Amino acid sequence: MEKKKLTIHLKVWRQKDADSKGKFVNYTVNDVNPDMSFLEMLDVLNEELIKKDEEPIEFDNDCREGICGMCGSVINGTAHGPQSGMTTCDVRMRMFKDGETIVVEPFRARAFPVIKDLAVDRSALDRIMSKGGYTSVRTGGVPEALSVPVPKPNADEAMDMAACIGCGACVAACPNASAALFVGAKVSHLALLPQGRPEAARRVERMVAQMDEEGFGACSNHGECEAVCPKEISITAIGRMRREYLKAMFK
Amino acid sequence: MKLDSKVPGGHLSEKWDNHKDALKLVSPKNKRNFSVIVVGTGLAGASAAASLGELGYKVINLCIQDSPRRAHSIAAQGGINAAKNYQNDNDSIWRLFYDTIKGGDYRAREANVYRLAQVSNAIIDQAVAQGVPFAREYGGYFANRSFGGALVSRTFYARGQTGQQLLLGAYGALMRQVDEGNVRLFPRREMVDLVVINGKARGIVARNLITGELETYMADAVILATGGYGVAYFLSTNAINSNASAVWRAHKKGAFFGNPCFVQIHPTCIPRSGDYQSKLTLMSESLRNDGRVWVPLKKGDKRHPNDIPEEERDYYLERKYPTFGNMVPRDVASRNAKMVCDEGRGVGETGMAVYLDFRDAIRDLGRETIEERYGNLFEMYKDITGEDAYEVPMRIYPAVHYTMGGLWVDYNLMSTVPGLFVLGEANFSDHGANRLGASALMQGLADGYFIIPYTIADYLAGTKLEKVSEDNEAFKEAKEEARSRYEKLLSVKGNKTVREFHRELGDILWNKVGMSRNEQGLKEAIEEISKLREEYWNNVRVAGEMNTMNKNLEMAGRVADFLELAELMAIDALHRTESCGGHFREESQTPEGEALRDDENFSYVAAWEFKETGKWEMHKEDLKFEFVTPTQRSYK
Repeated sequence: MEKKKLTIHLKVWRQKDADSKGKFVNYTVNDVNPDMSFLEMLDVLNEELIKKDEEPIEFDNDCREGICGMCGSVINGTAHGPQSGMTTCDVRMRMFKDGETIVVEPFRARAFPVIKDLAVDRSALDRIMSKGGYTSVRTGGVPEALSVPVPKPNADEAMDMAACIGCGACVAACPNASAALFVGAKVSHLALLPQGRPEAARRVERMVAQMDEEGFGACSNHGECEAVCPKEISITAIGRMRREYLKAMFK
Repeated sequence: MKLDSKVPGGHLSEKWDNHKDALKLVSPKNKRNFSVIVVGTGLAGASAAASLGELGYKVINLCIQDSPRRAHSIAAQGGINAAKNYQNDNDSIWRLFYDTIKGGDYRAREANVYRLAQVSNAIIDQAVAQGVPFAREYGGYFANRSFGGALVSRTFYARGQTGQQLLLGAYGALMRQVDEGNVRLFPRREMVDLVVINGKARGIVARNLITGELETYMADAVILATGGYGVAYFLSTNAINSNASAVWRAHKKGAFFGNPCFVQIHPTCIPRSGDYQSKLTLMSESLRNDGRVWVPLKKGDKRHPNDIPEEERDYYLERKYPTFGNMVPRDVASRNAKMVCDEGRGVGETGMAVYLDFRDAIRDLGRETIEERYGNLFEMYKDITGEDAYEVPMRIYPAVHYTMGGLWVDYNLMSTVPGLFVLGEANFSDHGANRLGASALMQGLADGYFIIPYTIADYLAGTKLEKVSEDNEAFKEAKEEARSRYEKLLSVKGNKTVREFHRELGDILWNKVGMSRNEQGLKEAIEEISKLREEYWNNVRVAGEMNTMNKNLEMAGRVADFLELAELMAIDALHRTESCGGHFREESQTPEGEALRDDENFSYVAAWEFKETGKWEMHKEDLKFEFVTPTQRSYK
């Protein structure tokens, strides 16, 4: 059975480069198959633009299966779009109504300057990770894997926290543009495992200091981050980060 | 030129240790004086860059994405193999070696595969120390599972996100070296040429993907860890930006290409649904641990799957391969799916799908267990198809997934260009004609953590490296050539988009250089590809400008390279008239329709030397099997 095709109106943020002023531009895409992904719909639009000698819309994307963390747009006011637990590339056109107008913007935060159109610079997140998003082990200089048992509940919760894909939606959704959920997730993942304990204090101090330096705001418990997180990382990550931070302070 | 694999002598189990003892070292103080470029930050690239940085080399690391953590290793779901024998099911290094070389249909080097199995255990130790949250049992020890082509449970996993977790471990190690100043990181860069001076790899030209500028990078050695070329097929499970340009540029500068026709078509992917489609999504092979593959016995049976009674279902893998059942290797599972669909017994709207059914597993183990094992995969399936696989069987079909072929390397992972090393999926080395599940992660990390740090030292210590500067003609030429290539692409202003060409190329490859190949189809493919390539340079329309972020131009450069590589894939497939692993020549099959090898004539690696566009010379590296006897692969 042929599925009913949709007509979609778009208001897309276009911005030439970091220094230019951006604006919304209107487009209409016809014959949208509801099984298409949101990014495939943008592909179709871009093909039309190229044929009309217009510049296609730049947007970051890579794996298109919700794991690399490269894609990310604000769709109708929500980072990664209408449904929770999804990345922008997971969004399907069946989630929209025929004739609907969709507003598409880049992730907005002081620490994420726009590069072009919907693509932003999230390298601040890498710089935070460089301050402690790891255990300081040398290649080869490690014990046999079985030598340190890890209780299953810890391993499971560590995995929940390690599921972060570093997309930055938490920052884009936060009224303060805080990266607390991102940092909290990594701090928690490693704090929950015996392998991460030896440098837990140094890690949290350094990562939090770098987060502040990058211009991310402070967390004031709005909880918007948790609501948009495509991997549904719990806000308990932030609580654990605070406890780890206090522990480090009073050490 | 005679290919020298540099495989050391001695017994299989002693080769690597003997070889390591013989490799030259670079003194700690001297390491600072050597620089190494690593292109790519997937498992192989990130682990290599981190390990070399840690040793004290000056490392330059580039990646195409905005962050090294995005490399496509991140998407690997199922797991990583290791010969730990934690399950007490009589696993061993020998068995992991044997399964891998057999799984590759005896088209890989014994010594490389054995070394891979040897270092597999150290990888697990490393990852655990990094905080990779592998699945654990209540006692605090590891849960393992089984993958295709193996009768033991040797696969370590972190839910359905093993690649992500291993990559984040390597990425963390890399970022630590970035922080310590040992690695300089250049994200959003695409390598557009290799620079060879006095016969040695001494640098690269890369395009800055934000400004469009062409930049040069110099070093004493270059490592490519840039992944495979599955995106040549347009639709694949690879990421949108995965490409072959780095290896192809190196190939054109003298690096031989090994076994380009060896492509893995993964059996369990979500079927295609429409023309707009940009990629195919893999459902981890681990699902075959508990899912049962079937199609209706009758052709054109349009009933709802749950209404088809047991006796009218054909569990064809269990029927044909009673020993391995649903766990046969990927090439066998894919080919059989194609066969039943070609018979008219495929399911779904297009008839190009088979069922992967969890009904019995849910009945026997409970929904909770299945949810715990595969919850995220079931969710992903639902997001894409809108269907609930707890209630109705999944529909799956094979898709291009991995390329066993790649740049030819010797035992030290060095290509035919001195100083150019190739790691991970980008090289041809360990998987022969078919890769077993959970072995790609193992190989990427083996190469990066435990092999290249030793072998590159031998090269650096033992090679006279002249001083070079950016003013060297070779750098200028490479830069100019890249600039004129991009300018040409922008200037054609034809009528067909890059995507239209790419899709056409993909259709030719899928239909004629895909799961099943024959002489006539391959000859047609070679002609069609070369025609399409000619049309491309005269009729492609590329948007925008050079000196800005321009993903359409990036893609245009990559498709231009795929249009050359694709021809070589078809030429290689045509010359290899035997079937082996993922390379199935219809002319060479057993009476039961299984791949029939021709060891007498084809027990070699085909390493292709680039002469000019559309022209290559083939060199052979004979494969000698001293420790295993190649047999007709049987999974019955």
